[in-house]
Amino acid sequence: MEKLILRRIDRNNEEMLVNFGPQHPSTHGVLNFLVETDGEVMKRAIPDIGYLHRSLEKIGEMVGYPGFMPYTDRIDYVAAMFANEGYALAVEKLLKVEVPQRAQYLRAISCELCRIASHLISVGTMATDIGAVTPLVHAIREREKVNDLIEALCGARLTYNYHRVGGVAFDMPSGWRDQVLRFLDTFDTILVEWDRLLSFNEIYIKRLANVAVITREQAVDYGLVGPNLRGSGMDWDLRRDVPYGAYPNFKFDVPVGHGYRGTEGDAFDRYYVRVLEMGASSKIVRQALEKIPDGEVMAKVPRKIKPEPGEAMARVESARGEMAYYLVSDGTERAYRVRVRTGSYLAMGIIEDISPGLMVADLVALIASLDVVAPETDR
Amino acid sequence: MTINELHERLKAQFGDAVGPLSEPKIDPFATVKADRIVEICRWLKQTPGIEMDFCEDLTAIDWPKRNVVEVVYHLFSYRHRHGLVLKVETDRANPVVPTVEGVWKAANWMEREVYDLFGVGFTGHPDLRRVLLPDDWVGHPLRKDYQEAGGYHGIPSLRENPLVELRRLDEIRIAEQAKKAPPPPPPAPAAAPASPPAPAAPAAPKA
Repeated sequence: MEKLILRRIDRNNEEMLVNFGPQHPSTHGVLNFLVETDGEVMKRAIPDIGYLHRSLEKIGEMVGYPGFMPYTDRIDYVAAMFANEGYALAVEKLLKVEVPQRAQYLRAISCELCRIASHLISVGTMATDIGAVTPLVHAIREREKVNDLIEALCGARLTYNYHRVGGVAFDMPSGWRDQVLRFLDTFDTILVEWDRLLSFNEIYIKRLANVAVITREQAVDYGLVGPNLRGSGMDWDLRRDVPYGAYPNFKFDVPVGHGYRGTEGDAFDRYYVRVLEMGASSKIVRQALEKIPDGEVMAKVPRKIKPEPGEAMARVESARGEMAYYLVSDGTERAYRVRVRTGSYLAMGIIEDISPGLMVADLVALIASLDVVAPETDR
Repeated sequence: MTINELHERLKAQFGDAVGPLSEPKIDPFATVKADRIVEICRWLKQTPGIEMDFCEDLTAIDWPKRNVVEVVYHLFSYRHRHGLVLKVETDRANPVVPTVEGVWKAANWMEREVYDLFGVGFTGHPDLRRVLLPDDWVGHPLRKDYQEAGGYHGIPSLRENPLVELRRLDEIRIAEQAKKAPPPPPPAPAAAPASPPAPAAPAAPKA
């Protein structure tokens, strides 16, 4: 049968139709673009997604409330900690459970470490996509250190399954605080080095500045969230503006794009906001390790989780922006509806309208700067 | 503005089209009439003091018992930091809701997802086709009565539990072993006093 996506394309002109993906190194997973080009200039790129669709929302209706927690790791495996936290917050909101302070701090620490790990992948692969292969190796080296720290905390390096409904699975091991502080001390110097190595490299800036500009109005209208929204000059961070967990106790900067090297909302702004956010995360982890109180790490949660009928939505500021869980309970042990709202899905929606007039090579910069992760798009 | 104030203003503007606010369970919501949803959304976005510029989420819930599909709108205002949840009910057999794509562009892809997974048609949508599933997929998986077809173009989507198969192979193997060498008789209950171990035989010279 004819693919419906082809109906969107006028086949009677001279322009070329190119399949970009599904097996392309810059798509970071499996997604496909149908690119209409006139020479090097694109007329339009139409995203075709769904290659990694696993219907996690349906699985959420089939398994019980605690049983869905390991599945949330698979929603966004580059930053699984946030998916854990968002789901835990949503179920806690339904159950009206108060989480112990120490658990909230551990959640913040683990999430900010995870944000560093996720942004390292993002900025590293972005450099590779543009054509600079070396920085990725440095980024992965640092990410390995974060992974080691998280492994010491919860035993897993990728799909953590660390947060629980009512707290976290384990307290931090002895000596872990010093390991983290030692890592942050080196990491802060590495961020400076990273700017010297890549961020202010002239060729790199020329590839990204003034490319694929998304204005503030567009970013809000298309529902972009997180670093993509802040890269467009919108000063909004859930951690600061609608705080949850332990975040009201920390002071940190929210980097906002203002045309660091070009126009506000270009690919370089979105990139550089992520670099600055890693520094902010490092500050939050230091404050949290300093202030962390003693006490329990798990609240008293009934063994059978059976919330009252009702519905709740919980939001977290994930590495890819606002991640929201919308749960509907009908009073049984299984959720009636689990909805996961992810940043990458909406970021895919803007590509078709931003792409006209871009060079084909700049499409890669656009995708990389939006930090789209395919499993989060498809769920 | 609190949710109650927002709801009162909405009620004052649109009267009967806006239902009462649900009991404050956890997150309250208001059900509105489907044919006026676009008007209501545009008003919410444009009225000074309300300005819901962010369509945070748009999804659906299937209720076979009530024979409706609910489309749920989570709206939020960045400037005033308040939010509102609206719901629209539509018939399950022929679910049709006007699109709010003209109000927020974000609704475009989220409505496509609802169409894909729930089968809700959005009238006036510029590009209503499946987004996560292939074009020729049969059925809408997030409906409560969805039955899996068992495959797609010869690719099976169901398989036997591999553990069941492994257990079957194990049983066959054990049965064959038992046939070849019957289990030894149980040892005598009274064990003989242990004799001293025999001296080790000298190693055979190598050939």
